[in-house]
Amino acid sequence: MSLAEAIRSALSAIGANALRSALTMLGIIIGVAAVIAMVAIGSGARARVTGQIKSLGANLAIIQSGNVTQGGVRLGAGASSTLTDEDAAAILREVEDVTAAAPVLVTRAQAVYAGANWSTQITATDLDFFAAREWEIGAGRLFEPEELRKGEIVAVIGQTVARNLFGDENPLDQQFRIRNVPFKVIGVMAPKGQSALGQDQDDVIFVPLDTGRRRIVGRNYARDRSVQSIMVKFASEEAIAPGIAEVTALLRQRHRLMEDQEDDFIVRNLTEIANTATAAATTLSWLLAAVAAVSLLVGGIGIMNIMLVSVTERTREIGLRLAVGARQSAVLTQFLIEATTLATIGGAVGAGLGIAAALTIAHIAGWPSVISIQTILIAVGVSGLIGVFFGFYPARRAARLDPIEALRRE
Amino acid sequence: MPLIETRDLSRVYDLDSGRVTALDRVSLAIEAGDLVAVMGPSGSGKSTFMNLIGCLDRPSGGHYVLDGVAVETLSGDGLAELRNRKLGFVFQQFNLLPRIDACANVELPMVYAGVARAERKRRALAALARVGLAERAHHRPMQLSGGQQQRVAIARALVNEPRLLLADEPTGALDSRTAFEILALFQELNREGVTVVLVTHDAEVARHARRLIRFRDGHLLSDIRQGPADARAALAAFDAGIGLPEAAA
Repeated sequence: MSLAEAIRSALSAIGANALRSALTMLGIIIGVAAVIAMVAIGSGARARVTGQIKSLGANLAIIQSGNVTQGGVRLGAGASSTLTDEDAAAILREVEDVTAAAPVLVTRAQAVYAGANWSTQITATDLDFFAAREWEIGAGRLFEPEELRKGEIVAVIGQTVARNLFGDENPLDQQFRIRNVPFKVIGVMAPKGQSALGQDQDDVIFVPLDTGRRRIVGRNYARDRSVQSIMVKFASEEAIAPGIAEVTALLRQRHRLMEDQEDDFIVRNLTEIANTATAAATTLSWLLAAVAAVSLLVGGIGIMNIMLVSVTERTREIGLRLAVGARQSAVLTQFLIEATTLATIGGAVGAGLGIAAALTIAHIAGWPSVISIQTILIAVGVSGLIGVFFGFYPARRAARLDPIEALRRE
Repeated sequence: MPLIETRDLSRVYDLDSGRVTALDRVSLAIEAGDLVAVMGPSGSGKSTFMNLIGCLDRPSGGHYVLDGVAVETLSGDGLAELRNRKLGFVFQQFNLLPRIDACANVELPMVYAGVARAERKRRALAALARVGLAERAHHRPMQLSGGQQQRVAIARALVNEPRLLLADEPTGALDSRTAFEILALFQELNREGVTVVLVTHDAEVARHARRLIRFRDGHLLSDIRQGPADARAALAAFDAGIGLPEAAA
C-alpha cells in the first residue's frame, strides 16, 4: 500500500467517525493554536522591546546626581548637583571601554518662531550624546566642536518641534527664540519615535552645553559647571558591569567621598532595564509554551485513548486484514498513519486558529505579531510526532492481535 | 504431490484448566482440484484443523506441507505471505469492511500483495464478474443482501488466484435458498479447477462435496468419497416449490 493510499484510507476511517475524531483532535488543536499564538505574540513583544532598546541606544548607563544628606535629612535623588561636565570628560578619558560620555542638562522652555510657539524640552549637551543614543542627523548638521567650545547660539531640533514651529517651512538657518535668545537652526534630527515609556522623543531642541547653561538655564550652573546627568556608552554589553564599577570608583574619588559616605550620584544601567523586559517577555513565552506542551500532551493521550477504542471496535477488520495476508508491520503502519493523520490535521487546524488568534490579539493590542513559517511547520510537525508517539501503543496492539481470536470477536 | 499434506498434525492448548488436545496426530492429504467438506460437532477439532491448514495458527506437533512449503518452519510474516498468495478465506459472517465498496473489499488481498492500483481494480472487477456481481461493484456491503455479500467475500478470496479456497461455515448466516446459490457457486468454481475445503457442521451442506472428512474429539473419524448433490438442481427444485431439499433427496 502506498503512503498516499494509506493516508486516504486513514482519512476515510477518520471521516467515518467525524464527531469523535474532531473531539479527539481538540486537545491538539488547542495546544497548537496556543503555541502559535503565544510564539507570535511573544516574538511580537520581544520585537517591540528590541526596537525600544535600539531607539534608546545600546549599552547605555545613565549617571544622575544623587542623594545628599544635610544634618541627617536625606534630600533624595537629584537634590545635589554634584556632577559636572568635567566628570563626563574624566569618565571618557579614564574608564576603559567607554565610547561616549555626554553631560546632559535638561529644562523645559517655550520656543517662539514668527506666529508659532511651542513648549518643549531643551537638552543642552555635546556631540557624545548623539553617539550614545545612536541618533542620526536628518537635515543640516550637528554642532561643530568650535560652536560647542564657544557656546554659540545654535540649535538642532527634533522632528516634532520642526513641525510645530515651522510647519511646512524649511527650518534650516531660520532663527527662533527661547527666553528671548535668538537661536539659529543648524540641523534637524532624524525621527526617533516613541520611547519605551511612550514619550515623543522627537519633541526636543538640542543646544550646545555651555549655551544652554548660560543662556537658558541660568547663571548658577555656569559658575559650578554642574550637569543633571551623564550618559555613558560602553563598547559592549559585557563591558557595562565592570565599567559601571569603575565609573563609580572614579566619581567617588573625584567627589572626595569618604568610605562611610554614600554615593552622591546614581548609576542606572539602561540596557539592564531593557534586558529585564526582554527576560520577562521570554519567561512569559516559556510559561505559555509549557501550558501549550501540557495541552499537546493531553491531546496525545486523547489520541491514544481513541485509537485504543478504534482498535477494539475494529478487531474483526484487523483479523480479516491479517487473514488475507497483511503482515503485522502493515497493520502497525496503518494504525500509526491513522493516529498521525489525526494529529496532523489537528495540528493544521490548530495552526490556522493560532494565526487567527495572534492576528486578532495583535490587532486589538496594537503590537506587532511575528508569525514565522518555521513556527507553523514545527507545530504541525510536533503534532505529527505526537500522533506517532501516542499512536504506537494502540497500533502495536492491533498488529499483535491473533487473527483467529480477532475474527471470532463479535 | 498433493496440495495439502499433514503428518501427525497436532494442536495442544495450554489453558488454565489444563492441557487440551484440540487436534491429535491427524494425517491426511488433499489433492488439488478436490471439493472437500470437513464435518464435526463443535469441539471436534475441525476449526482447529481449518486454522492450521489456513496458516492462521501453528501446529504444536507434526508436519504440514502446503503446495510444497513446510508451513511449520515459517515465521509470522512468512505465514502472512502464504495466506496472501496461496489461500482464500470465506467466513460465516462475510467479514467485509463496511466503509468501502465491494470492489475495494475485493482489492484488499492485492493491496497486501503489492499489486498496482489500476491492476487491482481490473482484477477485482473481473473477480466480481466471476461471482455474478459485476454491476454491484460500487455498492457498499450494507447495500447488498447476505448472499451478495458472501459473493463479494468469495470474489475477495479468489482474487489472488489462490491454490486453496477455505470456507468456514459459508452458508451459516444465509437462508436456505441463498445457501444453495452459494453452494452452487462453490461447485461451479470447483469445476473450473479451484480446490475448495468447506468446514461445516451441517450435513446438508456437506452432501455437496466430493469428499467428506469427519472429525471427532480431535481425531479423524471418517474420510469418504461421495457423489456430490447438485446444488443447481436443489435450487431449481426449491424454486419450483417442490419442497425442501430433504424431500428432494
